[in-house]
Amino acid sequence: MKRVVSIGVVVALAAGCGGGEKAPAGGEGGAPAAAAAAPLGNASISGTIAFTGAVPPNPTIDMSEEPACAAKHAGGATDPVVVVSDGKLANVFVYVKSGLPADASFQAPATPVEIDQQGCLYHPRVLGLMVGQDLLIKNGDPLLHNIKAVPTENRGFNISQPSEGMTSTRSFSTPEVMVPIECNVHGWMHAWVGVRPDPYFAVSAEDGTFTITGLPAGTYEVEAWHETFGTKTMTVTVPADGQATADFSFSPAA
Amino acid sequence: MSRWSLAGTATLAAAILLASPLAAQDTARGRVLYQQWCAGCHGETGAGDGEAAHYMWPHPRDFTRALFQIRTTESGDLPTDDDLRRVIDVGMPGTAMPAWRSKFRPADRDAIVAYLKTFSRFFAGQTPTPLEFGSAPGGPSDEDLAEGRRVFVDELECVKCHGQRGRGDGPSAPTLSDDWDVPIRPADLTMNWTFNGGGTVEDIYRRLRTGLDGTPMPSFSDVLASNVITDAQLWQAAQYVRSLSPADPPRPRDVVRAALVPAGGLPAGPEDSAWAAVEEYYIPLVGQVVKRPRWFTPSVAALWVKAAHDGERLVLRLRWDDRTESPDPEWDEFFQLTMAALTDADGALPSAQGPDRVAVQFPVRLPEGPELPFFLGGDAQRKTSDIVWTSAPDAASVGTATGLGTWAPGGAVEHAAAFLDGEWLLQIERPLASSDTTVMPDLPEGLPIPMAFQVADGSLGEGAVRGAVSAWYAVYLDVPTPARVYVQPIVAGLLTAGLGLIVVIRAQRRGRAKGDTVEGV
Repeated sequence: MKRVVSIGVVVALAAGCGGGEKAPAGGEGGAPAAAAAAPLGNASISGTIAFTGAVPPNPTIDMSEEPACAAKHAGGATDPVVVVSDGKLANVFVYVKSGLPADASFQAPATPVEIDQQGCLYHPRVLGLMVGQDLLIKNGDPLLHNIKAVPTENRGFNISQPSEGMTSTRSFSTPEVMVPIECNVHGWMHAWVGVRPDPYFAVSAEDGTFTITGLPAGTYEVEAWHETFGTKTMTVTVPADGQATADFSFSPAA
Repeated sequence: MSRWSLAGTATLAAAILLASPLAAQDTARGRVLYQQWCAGCHGETGAGDGEAAHYMWPHPRDFTRALFQIRTTESGDLPTDDDLRRVIDVGMPGTAMPAWRSKFRPADRDAIVAYLKTFSRFFAGQTPTPLEFGSAPGGPSDEDLAEGRRVFVDELECVKCHGQRGRGDGPSAPTLSDDWDVPIRPADLTMNWTFNGGGTVEDIYRRLRTGLDGTPMPSFSDVLASNVITDAQLWQAAQYVRSLSPADPPRPRDVVRAALVPAGGLPAGPEDSAWAAVEEYYIPLVGQVVKRPRWFTPSVAALWVKAAHDGERLVLRLRWDDRTESPDPEWDEFFQLTMAALTDADGALPSAQGPDRVAVQFPVRLPEGPELPFFLGGDAQRKTSDIVWTSAPDAASVGTATGLGTWAPGGAVEHAAAFLDGEWLLQIERPLASSDTTVMPDLPEGLPIPMAFQVADGSLGEGAVRGAVSAWYAVYLDVPTPARVYVQPIVAGLLTAGLGLIVVIRAQRRGRAKGDTVEGV
């Protein structure tokens, strides 16, 4: 079942409808069932997130209360807060913060974005989706998780998934970077969801790279967000059908 | 004027609501009432930061995020107006929020609801839809309860937070905090009169369906939609949870009767099966709010007391729920975060967990008239004799006090303590005859002996002053039953029956006489 979790002030005031209302199944009532409309352009922004300085160690997790999860972490579990390989930082949410045509509007894709709970950790840990796009929440563990979204601009939710293979679907109605997701049964579990009104966002991969495609020519403010190291922004100009580079670099707080 | 001052403190959404004259009227009246009666805790701007807020734990609700625990709507949805009205009417049991039904007329209460919705933009233009709950099935049968227990433990894993026996002591409990990052404890499911949203099977089922927004308690509606369990099974889980509490709310009684047992027949320890035959008495506890540092939301809400004596010794068996065997390193972070959320305006907050502590208080000199020592540890004129037990080190001793916090340990007292699944069992034993009447009184049989209690949870920084207290009660040592006790009721019964017979016969005669007169007229 699809439901609109919430609607923030902008949408609520404009549309006069709001948080908590259920959207009918099948994507009617505002959420399109069809694929997203064609992109505004063919330009792209890509880059690499570098990390300099000493990599802070990730905390170990005591999963002894959950043998089924502990068994999925040979050699012991750690909380992957900072994922760096070869000086490149993963799990950075990069998005076009401003610069798009003022009259541009975008339809959410019909395909959901998935988040899985495996070994008492979220996969992926950082993800992006569009306003109104479904977030498909899966439980890959044979035990109880609760999934609690704690947004400020959106309405949150707190649902339970006590069995393996259970799925739930939720969505967000207002742009928000980032919506924290947590599990209260396992206090170490954290994920972050970037909710955007447009499709111009990406998450840096293990090798630190990201690509944002389908942009029209223009000058954009691009922001990179990391859960520990905060945000960095830069201004990037992209020619029509061209490619621009936005390399970011993070380092441990002084 | 009031329009502008209100718009100044409320949100954009509130200002838009005020564009409607009716809404303006509602919220203007609501604002006056709110500022007078609610703002002291919930704050002038509804942010849950009133003057009294940080004496309380959990803190008063912050209305600005429109997150409400007790709703009939889905997790994340706004509450209905009826949901908000209900909480104002009946309060939030187990918290400092009182019931206001006798205070506010319905129209005034509705005006407050209208006003507090202006604190969050989320309410603008919204009409939340309540869920369909159906009605509670009959029963429960033993099979219902057994299946409910299975669902509680195996299917929904409620035990992760609420513990094996439902006392809020599950393995995840020390890690929980609310949406304001203030530590929060899972409900103790054995005391349904303290459930925030009410203690009936229907109330419990609704909380399972809606979750308690702003807390770690999730909704289980998706579990039904996914066919993990059936709706009937969720009702069985609610019935099982209800069965963990007494059928009726316990009522305090003034006098704890200490049963007389044959010499040598006293229970050997707090878990001795001999206690099963002894009546248990409920002693409600409240926060100590007289002497600083005051404590408005104590950890332990109830104490259950059994007493027995054999003519030589008095034995008390105390039982109370406590999530922690204090001090417990697993709760260190919880303790630190909780202290950080509280005001130290009443005095420095403790920097480390202490032991759990119980004081059983008697007057040093038993009063001959109605004048008892001050119930909080007595005073210089009338001292109290307190048997104080602590969990770490596990020790009990008797000493005198002239007010809370003045007690000093004296001679050791025989005792035994056991902690299991969020429950303390403590047995305390002392001779009826005092070895030193300047420290403790002789305990006479057949007379009510004043007795009071103080209970502290060391993992919350509670101690001799900051903790839970009872009023004065009494313990009455049963005396051997003389034969006249059995004879006298029989004699009295015969007399009553005889007198009654005479009265009835006379009345019948008089009635007949009157009847004749009437017929004669």
